[in-house]
Amino acid sequence: MKGYIIKRTIVALLLIYIVLTIVFFAFRLGGADPVAIMLPPDATPRDQQVLMEKFGLDKPLGVQYITFVKNAVGGDFGMSFKYSEPALTVLLDRFPATIKLGLAAFLFSLAVGIPIGILSAVRRDSWIDSFGRTLALAGMSLPTFWVGIMLMLFFGVALRLLPVSGSDTALHYVMPAFCMSLYPIALFTRLARSSMLDALKSEYIVMARVKGVPEKYVIMIHALKNASITIVTVIVSVFGGLILGSVVVETIFSWPGVGRLVMESFFGRDYPVVQVFVMFVTLIVVVLNLLVDILYAYIDPRIRYQ
Amino acid sequence: MFIRLWSLLRGKTKNKKQTDQAWAGRIKMPYFGLACLALFFLMVLFAEFLAPLDPLQGDLLKASLPPFWMDGGSWHNILGTDMLGRDVLSRLIYGARSSLIISVGCVAFYATIGVIIGLISGYVGGRIDMIIMRIADLWLSVPGIILLFVLASINGPSARTLILTFGIMGWPYTARIVRGETLSLKQRDFVKLAKVAGCSNLRIMFSHILPNIVNTLIILVTIDIGGIIVYTATMSFLGLGTQPPSCDWGLMLAEGKQYITYAWWLVTFPGIAIVIAVLGFNLTGDWIRELLDPKQKLQ
Repeated sequence: MKGYIIKRTIVALLLIYIVLTIVFFAFRLGGADPVAIMLPPDATPRDQQVLMEKFGLDKPLGVQYITFVKNAVGGDFGMSFKYSEPALTVLLDRFPATIKLGLAAFLFSLAVGIPIGILSAVRRDSWIDSFGRTLALAGMSLPTFWVGIMLMLFFGVALRLLPVSGSDTALHYVMPAFCMSLYPIALFTRLARSSMLDALKSEYIVMARVKGVPEKYVIMIHALKNASITIVTVIVSVFGGLILGSVVVETIFSWPGVGRLVMESFFGRDYPVVQVFVMFVTLIVVVLNLLVDILYAYIDPRIRYQ
Repeated sequence: MFIRLWSLLRGKTKNKKQTDQAWAGRIKMPYFGLACLALFFLMVLFAEFLAPLDPLQGDLLKASLPPFWMDGGSWHNILGTDMLGRDVLSRLIYGARSSLIISVGCVAFYATIGVIIGLISGYVGGRIDMIIMRIADLWLSVPGIILLFVLASINGPSARTLILTFGIMGWPYTARIVRGETLSLKQRDFVKLAKVAGCSNLRIMFSHILPNIVNTLIILVTIDIGGIIVYTATMSFLGLGTQPPSCDWGLMLAEGKQYITYAWWLVTFPGIAIVIAVLGFNLTGDWIRELLDPKQKLQ
């Protein structure tokens, strides 16, 4: 178990390092020259020189790279051009709003998707199964951003029931959170259904039934416990979806979170903020993956001994 | 090849058993999905004939006209016009082509990379296989949008950048399928015989194993297109994909969103178009998946 964790941690660190390197070269060699972005068109060569020195751009690329990695390890990705604050601070300021929305959407999708998926599997081919399948299909086929716009048009513009932008009250959460949860609901429903179906077909379920275990316990304890292994691993990939979801939903509903910040920064060519976002998301994804791997090995002994 | 595909879909494989046919009959044809798909391909193939007006030609005197059934609307612009006076229906019809081209571009790109990596992983096996699959797992959890940000800040956002991002991010899906198939094909006699006959490993991989995977691969990749249409439309909506003045459904929604309070038709119709296309691909895809899945066959 210990060796397993150490191996996985080394792979995770390596991945973060690779992404860091890609980010450095992509932004340094690409069009993101901070000097050109920050200086007015009538700046003198001397101004350019001063700014280049300030950002360390006059040094050789290798030295710049080492400085970049060293700073990045300490969480320093340079100053945001727009806010004149460290990019990481800018990002972290907006982070709570995103987390709150993401968490609301995530919990909602868990609460809706998993019970429906389980019921679909238990009562296969009943009305609840067709409902679950339709729900899954809708979640997969409806584009989040269009659903968001339609909700806005209907509840915001036509009926004037819900606020269309901002994040002040609980009512502000309704539309964005619902929107963001559509895809995860579909995913959870599908997943819970298929893994429950698999579990219910297996021999230990037959055995439990033969032994005379009440149906309630067969489903809740024997089947669900085994089905939950698959569900846990998929939570990580849902996180990836939530990142994209937060960018889309925050853009539509003007939610003051990280997603909107990164879009603004990207189009405003505020590249340090975009860099921080990229690294931040990578870090979270890698750490979550690592945690799930460990959790997985903990729940299911078969993995550990491979 | 298409006859083979078709017989595969109808469940008439080599071993023609009664159970097989009964099973194929049990899964209903998705008529609604096929109808959606037909409508979509009609728009893609015959845009020039179907579109009543030039999709790029605006007429500012006719800006933001509503659809024909509302006051001020006319049969000339059936679904109304946008802020620049361009015909919404014509733009929708041409948009089908754009979304199909981008989606197919994405699929072709990542499937090619995935096939190569999957073949190597499955055929070589051992430590290399383990490492590749481990990378594939991690890769799947990284949101594609962060790479899109990186690439788009070098080249600027465009449909090409979007396709490139997809190629780099999407390969693990195909690689997994190809690897699985390769693993089982590797054990078959014709591969062993080829080895005895002195074929090189490359030759075995690409001219002995690959042709046996192609059928399944084409089907599995085609049914991914629905999801990709949503994804690329989302990116265009955010401004990270197709750039104006192209006709793209995501782009039309982004432009229309600014006028949501008084021109509802600008944000409604492109969305319906996306949903029709995606439902077409997803419903048909689910049907195909069910037909192909040997696990379901046994039930």
